[in-house]
Amino acid sequence: MRHGKYPFVIGFLFVPVTLYVVFVIAPYAQAFQISMTNWRGLSAPQWVGFDNYRRLLDDGNFWKAVQHHGVLLLALPLITIAIALFFAFLLNVGGRSSGGQRQGVWGSKFYRVVFFFPQVLAVAIIAVLFQMVYRPNESGLINGVLMKLGFDPVLFLIKPNLALWSILAVLVWQAVGFYVVLFSAGMASIPAEIYEAAEMDGATRVTLFFRVTLPLLWDTLQVAWVYLGIAAFDAFAIVAVLSVDSGGPDGATTVLAMEIYRNAFVYSKYGYASAMGVALFFLTITFAALTLRLSKRESVEY
Amino acid sequence: MSVTPENPVDLSRRTVLRRAAAVGLAVPAVGLLGACATSGGDGETEQVSGGTKSATNPLGIKEDAPIEVIIFNGGYGEKYATDVHEPLYKKAFPKSEIKHQATQAVSTVLQPRFAGGNPPEFVNNSGEKFLDFGALVNDGQLQDLTELWDAPSVDDPNKKVRDTVIPGVVEQGMFTTADGGRKPFVLYYVSTVYGIWYSGKLFKDNGWTAPTNWEQFKALCEQIKAKGITPYGYAGANAAYYQWNVILTQAAKIGGPDVLKNIDNLEDGAWKQEAVLQAAEAWAEIGAKYSDKSFEGLKHTDVQLRQNQGKLAFYPSGDWLENEQKKDTPPGFNYQLMPVPSLTASDKLPANAIRAAGGEGYFVSAKSKNPRGGMEYMRQMLSKAGARGFTETVGAATVVPAGSEGYEFPPGVASSQAALKAAGANVFNMMFDNWYKELDTEARTATNELMFGRIKADAFAERIQKRADAIKKDTSVTKFKR
Repeated sequence: MRHGKYPFVIGFLFVPVTLYVVFVIAPYAQAFQISMTNWRGLSAPQWVGFDNYRRLLDDGNFWKAVQHHGVLLLALPLITIAIALFFAFLLNVGGRSSGGQRQGVWGSKFYRVVFFFPQVLAVAIIAVLFQMVYRPNESGLINGVLMKLGFDPVLFLIKPNLALWSILAVLVWQAVGFYVVLFSAGMASIPAEIYEAAEMDGATRVTLFFRVTLPLLWDTLQVAWVYLGIAAFDAFAIVAVLSVDSGGPDGATTVLAMEIYRNAFVYSKYGYASAMGVALFFLTITFAALTLRLSKRESVEY
Repeated sequence: MSVTPENPVDLSRRTVLRRAAAVGLAVPAVGLLGACATSGGDGETEQVSGGTKSATNPLGIKEDAPIEVIIFNGGYGEKYATDVHEPLYKKAFPKSEIKHQATQAVSTVLQPRFAGGNPPEFVNNSGEKFLDFGALVNDGQLQDLTELWDAPSVDDPNKKVRDTVIPGVVEQGMFTTADGGRKPFVLYYVSTVYGIWYSGKLFKDNGWTAPTNWEQFKALCEQIKAKGITPYGYAGANAAYYQWNVILTQAAKIGGPDVLKNIDNLEDGAWKQEAVLQAAEAWAEIGAKYSDKSFEGLKHTDVQLRQNQGKLAFYPSGDWLENEQKKDTPPGFNYQLMPVPSLTASDKLPANAIRAAGGEGYFVSAKSKNPRGGMEYMRQMLSKAGARGFTETVGAATVVPAGSEGYEFPPGVASSQAALKAAGANVFNMMFDNWYKELDTEARTATNELMFGRIKADAFAERIQKRADAIKKDTSVTKFKR
């Protein structure tokens, strides 16, 4: 029944594609359109061509935000993946082997659940929690202890050169759990014989990790890198709730989404904010494409 | 929006439609894209016709036409509207229906209504997410309130409404229109007095008195510090504008109210005026010597709580503070306001000069169905009963002095009302943060940089001036003058 195939397929696709076009593609397209106007949210927009983009070029806060994305882009995936890999390795194959099967460290089933906790919490709650953790006086979780011990409080979110790293630590803390689970699943699918064979040849745990686990996990790592990279382009909720003076002090923790929010919903400069949105769109796309291309490498079949 | 070939918005929308049609999605997409974000003012609302003017209905509203009231549910809550003003309106016009809605995010709720050409009659435009007044004025969305101000007041038909409010209130709500005229568009209803607050009890217990000049102020800070109490502080995390308010108030005292007028009018070099530099330098010293570095990371409620706990002596704010802290204030705390102390003997304004203004903006939508009803609602608000009811409900004074006559305010508001009286004619205000939010943001950031010791006074002035110049050049931003 060849001639009946297309109506059948279209019948299935019609509703989801329509919804996707109307609620995803159309707003994207409209962002491009609005970015070429000076729309302030109320009256009809006026066409200003590339004016908004030209203004982006000498907007200090925009470049600060881009710079911060650069830092996050390098640090967030690296740190998160390193910690998650380490934990996943310990949880799955880091312990003694019993009956020829490699085991996780003692209590690994418990840790597995604990590591996943942050993933269950809403981002806003995490940010509020860390407000308590980072609080700069005696009622802060860390500084309370430090001050009891007679040290000066650490001004986590206030020192301009410490603030971004404090934000980064929260992002890492929140993300690690998920990647531990992801890598655990990846490791579980690595055949036990390979480990066994390597062990018989006298491989230590470190060698096992670098020579067996890591290469066989390459595909999963690549996915993790892209996910984390895209997360590094976001970070809005944590910055908005946690940072001092919305992305401060003096823009030291600002990110593009924060600047977009500020321009659109505080200054009512929707046109300019859309231009930033378009810039963010291209940055994210470029990153994803680059990563997938650069990390292309023969995956090992087993 | 008119459909003309020159209109690029329509062109591109048409292009989108054509492409949508090409993939066979035209039918549902037409309706939805028609409602796209920028389709401002497609449908003009049909307005109700006027009623007959009479002594009880001087604005000539149609007696059975409904009105919709939007209240910002913030520091003052919504009870004053539902329990006081709306019943008053209902009593005067029993046939009219009132639709009441309270929200904490005014712009989120109303922006689409304005864009869709169906705004509510009466709006309390306040809170963190208030609609940009400039954009509203520019788009002709606000009702000219001249008729209201010239109408006879509810209590005394021989007195115009404008004569029942404190001087400067009508002026404060005036904006420059696109054609260059100046019209009153906004009613600022709550009387707000700004200053520096301290606990009357703490000061009495220690035998301290509120300083009036800079030497006394610094000497007292020194004594307070010796007692192990932080002398002065504000919350850097979200309330830096409390502090630029102090710096600019100081500047106005040094150089006279014109210093602030220049800033509001975006005059060249306004932020680099000598008075601003002197004030910034003086306060930077207070920040460095008598404050606490950790306050930069705290929210206003955290710092206010510290003052309630007796760990902080002076805190800058407006007179909503007492009501805001009601739950946390220990008994006998006794909030007291002190005007910002004079910096030098040659200050242009005396030590008791203060910043006071109408707070809490209300407007009537010009393009709503029943704008006259909205104005009548304002007239009822400004009646003695309306003002009195507001004061009794929220404990704050309104711009209608008759409404708070003989009312016993809590100690803090009583002290700010006394300060207002003592200041006499030496009352000033500033508007730039309402007019240009970007400038407010920059001033906040710069203030934190200055007060927590990362920049000096001249760099402070320099960077805000730079932003002010940029706003002045930006043609998409409506400019205001006063």
